[in-house]
Amino acid sequence: MSLSKQHELHERRYGRNVGVGLVLVGLIAIVFGLTVVKVTRGDYETPATTSVSQ
Amino acid sequence: MTDTSINTQSLSAENDAQFSDYFALLKPRVMTLVVFTAFVGLLAAPNAVHPFVGFCAILFIAIGGGASGALNMWWDADIDAVMKRTQRRPIPSGKVTGDEAFAIGMALSAFSVVFLGLATNWFAAGLLAFTIFFYVVIYTMWLKRWTPQNIVIGGAAGAFPPMIGWAAATGGVSVESVLMFCLTFMWTPPHFWALALFMRKDYDNADVPMLTVTHGRRATRNHILVYTVLLAILAVAAGFTSIGGPVYIVTSVVLNAMFLVGAYRIWRRDEDMSEEDNFLAERKFFKLSLLYLFAHFGAILIEAGLDKIGVWG
Repeated sequence: MSLSKQHELHERRYGRNVGVGLVLVGLIAIVFGLTVVKVTRGDYETPATTSVSQ
Repeated sequence: MTDTSINTQSLSAENDAQFSDYFALLKPRVMTLVVFTAFVGLLAAPNAVHPFVGFCAILFIAIGGGASGALNMWWDADIDAVMKRTQRRPIPSGKVTGDEAFAIGMALSAFSVVFLGLATNWFAAGLLAFTIFFYVVIYTMWLKRWTPQNIVIGGAAGAFPPMIGWAAATGGVSVESVLMFCLTFMWTPPHFWALALFMRKDYDNADVPMLTVTHGRRATRNHILVYTVLLAILAVAAGFTSIGGPVYIVTSVVLNAMFLVGAYRIWRRDEDMSEEDNFLAERKFFKLSLLYLFAHFGAILIEAGLDKIGVWG
């Protein structure tokens, strides 16, 4: 069997592979989006130190 | 062993699982209810949530619900194979193996809980973890095959999503979120018992101790009426808390009146009357129950929207 020929199994599992690929892309988008939201609204900023004058 | 003899089972075309078969493991229809009620819980909460964080919270709650569905299918594959309603599910149809369903269920459970915690707060994540545990271990593994009150207890698992949505926004629980929980919790028994009345052969064959099998169909009709009365009181009372308002109260009064009439009709009938019209009243009641829950949560959603734009001052 030549390497260039598409095996029947690949054709049959095309839909499944595309589905898994889209899920992974979605996961990346979610992690990226959450990171952007959390960083831009300051969730991870270190609290400012305040000096108390006496 | 030649290459062609390796794992021939997984290469056979007829049992090859498609992506949709794995998705079906997550019980998409149940997921719609989870998504909708969690969304309402999140929006009805007094705290505003960033839209993207809110979207992620709903997604992770839905994935957690789906994961518990996959674990339920893994454990209940023997029952599903017997019941007509569930015979075409991925495991009994041979598309997905039980081990695969277990692995997917466990992985998605862990993923959904951790990511909900990271996206919102760990109280909401803990509540989601408890919901998955409750549905899979307490309901599916323990009580479903043991007590005729299985539906009552199982209903609790389905009732948690609005509480989780509320917790994702506020970081805690309140009277309102408990009332939203109670609404689904009290709705589940009449909804499923009506189904059990007209899908009777299924539960008999599967040997699941449904109320119809253990205590008889007359007792089931009585139970439907009692639960519907209790549900009506609770549903209307919720209208007088901060999640309620004129829209909710009108919706609730109308739907509960219809639901009570339906329950009364079921209670009044005996088996001969039901057989005569092929369980028409029971089927109507079941259909109405679907509208009932969606309309109640829809009304809470409308009230939350009106509140946010300041319609009621």
